[in-house]
Amino acid sequence: MRSYFPVLNAMGLIIMIFGLLMSFPIAISYYLKDGAHIAFDTAVLITFTSGLVLWLLTRGKRRDLRVPDGFLLVAATWIVLPVFGAIPLMAYLPDLGFVYAYFEAVSGLTATGATVLSGLDDMPVSINVWRTFMHWIGGMGVIVLVVAILPLLGIGGRQLFKAEVPTPMKESSLTPRITETAKGLWITYILLTVACGISLWLAGLDGWDALIHAFTVAGLGGFSSKDASLGHFNSVPVEIVVIVFALLAGLNYATHYLALVRRSPRPYLRDPEIPFFFGVLALSVALLTVYLTQHNAHSDLGSTVRYVAFHVVSISTSLGLATYDYTMWPMFAQMWILFLGSFIACSGSTGGGIKMMRAMILYKQVFREIVRSLHPNAVHPVRLGGQPVSDPILHAVLGFSFMYMVSIVTMTLVLAASGLDIITAFSAVVACINNTGPGLGAVGPASNYAGLDPFQISALSFTMILGRLEIFTLLVVLTPVFWRR
Amino acid sequence: MKIIILGAGQVGASVAENLASEANDITLVDTSAEHLELLRDRLEVRTVCGNAASPYVLHDAGAEDADLLIAVTQSDQTNLCACKVAKTLFNLPTRIARLRSGDFVDYPELLNDDNFAVGFSICPEQIVTDHIKRLISFPEALQVLEFADGVVSLIGVRAFAGGPLIGHPLKAIRYHMPNVEVRIAAIYRNGEPIMPEGDTVIVPGDEVFCLAATVHIRQVMRELRRSDQPMRRIMIAGGGNIGFRLARSIENDYNVKLLELNPRRTEMLATQLDRALVLRGDSTDEKLLENEGIDETDLFVALTNNEEDNIMSASLAKRMGARRTLALINRKSYVDLVQGGPIDIAVSPAQISIGTLLAHVRRGDVVAVHSLRRGAAEALEIVAHGSEKESKVVGKAIEQIQLPRGATIGAIVREHRREDGRLVRHEVIMPHHDTVIRSNDHVIVFCTHKRLVRQVEKLFQVGFTFL
Repeated sequence: MRSYFPVLNAMGLIIMIFGLLMSFPIAISYYLKDGAHIAFDTAVLITFTSGLVLWLLTRGKRRDLRVPDGFLLVAATWIVLPVFGAIPLMAYLPDLGFVYAYFEAVSGLTATGATVLSGLDDMPVSINVWRTFMHWIGGMGVIVLVVAILPLLGIGGRQLFKAEVPTPMKESSLTPRITETAKGLWITYILLTVACGISLWLAGLDGWDALIHAFTVAGLGGFSSKDASLGHFNSVPVEIVVIVFALLAGLNYATHYLALVRRSPRPYLRDPEIPFFFGVLALSVALLTVYLTQHNAHSDLGSTVRYVAFHVVSISTSLGLATYDYTMWPMFAQMWILFLGSFIACSGSTGGGIKMMRAMILYKQVFREIVRSLHPNAVHPVRLGGQPVSDPILHAVLGFSFMYMVSIVTMTLVLAASGLDIITAFSAVVACINNTGPGLGAVGPASNYAGLDPFQISALSFTMILGRLEIFTLLVVLTPVFWRR
Repeated sequence: MKIIILGAGQVGASVAENLASEANDITLVDTSAEHLELLRDRLEVRTVCGNAASPYVLHDAGAEDADLLIAVTQSDQTNLCACKVAKTLFNLPTRIARLRSGDFVDYPELLNDDNFAVGFSICPEQIVTDHIKRLISFPEALQVLEFADGVVSLIGVRAFAGGPLIGHPLKAIRYHMPNVEVRIAAIYRNGEPIMPEGDTVIVPGDEVFCLAATVHIRQVMRELRRSDQPMRRIMIAGGGNIGFRLARSIENDYNVKLLELNPRRTEMLATQLDRALVLRGDSTDEKLLENEGIDETDLFVALTNNEEDNIMSASLAKRMGARRTLALINRKSYVDLVQGGPIDIAVSPAQISIGTLLAHVRRGDVVAVHSLRRGAAEALEIVAHGSEKESKVVGKAIEQIQLPRGATIGAIVREHRREDGRLVRHEVIMPHHDTVIRSNDHVIVFCTHKRLVRQVEKLFQVGFTFL
């Protein structure tokens, strides 16, 4: 009989750390006296105690985590943590209901940004900070954080890391020690967030809004402190800052880290994803500008470029902030930016989708099949950045991409069966699995997810976790093979 | 001269063969006793069996009083180490090493006297690759050799019926190309050299060697044969060192297909090459050649290590419709057998790569030595030095120089320098009987037979007897 106690023990630890992280919004709440501190006090108490009890009860059963344990721990963490993340929201807004609060917390931790709340402008600052703070923690990864600060997870750390970090090249690591790698990624992440916050503040946001939006942008989340999202500020400098930092957050953090450590721009030049990342984005901005100009979507060229550039970057990197109700655009343009979100973000970034690296591998695999049918003797390995992609990785990418599409189709059908129109159902699933946030139709940027019924909301919560954990980590735990002895 | 050659492989053996016939004391070092025995029977050399980098082996080979060390083993590491040992322990004056990897060349400070003490490094694979590349850009030529940093070229062309000059005496060349100075250096008819005179008539089938400024090469070639269509599709058989280097250097300019049999090697090739199509298969596999469109191939290049395979696959390719074929063939007897028949160009890697080496062995100021016709003839680039009193060539008109019969002065490249010594331009002079040679001129001498080389070198040496 396999023992699950070591996993529960590690989870107790993670829950305790999560409880401690809640003290950040509490401090803000007490400082501003915004009236939300009781909600947070309750939440910290429940969270920390639960973690402590779990940890104490299983303390005697501690051992190094094995491969299946890693999957279970990561999957369970991502399902359970939002429960605790939802407590402050439920305590402050008793009418919300657990299913919707859980959705909001999942959307926060998976850095999706789909919200069921309105009246954000009048919410206490600490509640909005907590929502985006969850983006920020979940963007880089809770487990990565735990691995970085607690080396006691031991050998299992690398396994956990692989299960959580979104990249097809699971074997690559920056430093010989996984703890160092996790630390390096988090330090890079913190530096980028600080730079983003300061830039937003200089661009004209007040201190709290700058903080909230820095968390959102660095984690490529999508929550805002305003109902009108970033459109509330109607400021070109703010939009430019957000575009720049969303692009930076959409690149591989490992590349940022290397560039930082070596103090040289060479890692950027060597990253094979970067040319495609910027290339596809630039092409999309140019084509959509031409297309929308012809359809007279905006009054002049200047504002067309402004809105196109912002939304292409925001939606495709899976940030999900909006400055304009782009569901007013022709359907083609809406679909385009939604689809871009499926693959633009680079591997190892905080963005969602199948990642640029997998898209490149898929494309090259297709090209390889064409060459192979013309030249049966040709040797044509799939290469990325001058290195051959091994067959196991190739198979994993093919399998993943297939499951990604199956997930979209299945979840769309589930939502359609529950009574949603097909555009809303499809776009909501795509927006959730890519961790983008706003979809089209009834869940577009001008409205939110509050109109969906509890079943649909639960299905979308599941979809978000599925997307954040790149399907397999969750799927492994859900298969009978995993539980069979 | 006392010479030690490390490594009795293809390169080492050809160098030994070339130098042994010039009254040098040669010692060959190799780890394979059988290899050495074979060579000792054939050549007049001493052999030492052992690790070339070992101080004792070098001592046995006579490193203490040797003048020149040529380290051409298969391993870069052995060659580097041997140079260092020879410098440190025996203070051997001139050390040449074969370095296959370009990595060391990128860090020249590693090769200076404080470190690996390599006086001069060569990479035979690169030299052969460059040579084949030149042949590809001049598809009609049998040989293309460059002198004086590429200012002057010597090309060998087989005369074909239909070329404007064919059937006319050589002096007609001036009327055909009034603006181009060209010198016909030698003509080989049925394998025998003919000294070109003004009224020599070129007949189809002749191998014509002519010297001209590099910029005029294409024009000269057009006179001797109808020009071919430019090359577009090239198939390379053999993805070894040379095949890989060649594919990499031409893959952006041509449509390249590379055939290789070894599965692991093909993986490596396909990873390293961006545009060339790597095919796994035997180059003598008819079906494969047919599927890959051999009949539309402009040039088939056979570059495997096995010369018989090269001959067979190139012959097969030719029969199946490849427009031109080139094969690496070392054995002279094979070359005479197939060149001009199924194989258009035979390239001898050993002959090509030792030219650079020989330039260091020869006396005087020999800048370059190129073997022509697989070593039967040679072209030398020599710098004339000294004053009129000391030298037998400086200050003399061509007709006054007592060149041995069979040697001709093909061209003179004169450097024009400003007063501060900066080079302004190279002037290419096609000498006439009254042209006077000046000091520092680069003189290109063409010898129809190898034994003349020594006499020409002596002629150019600054004679101490005049003191």
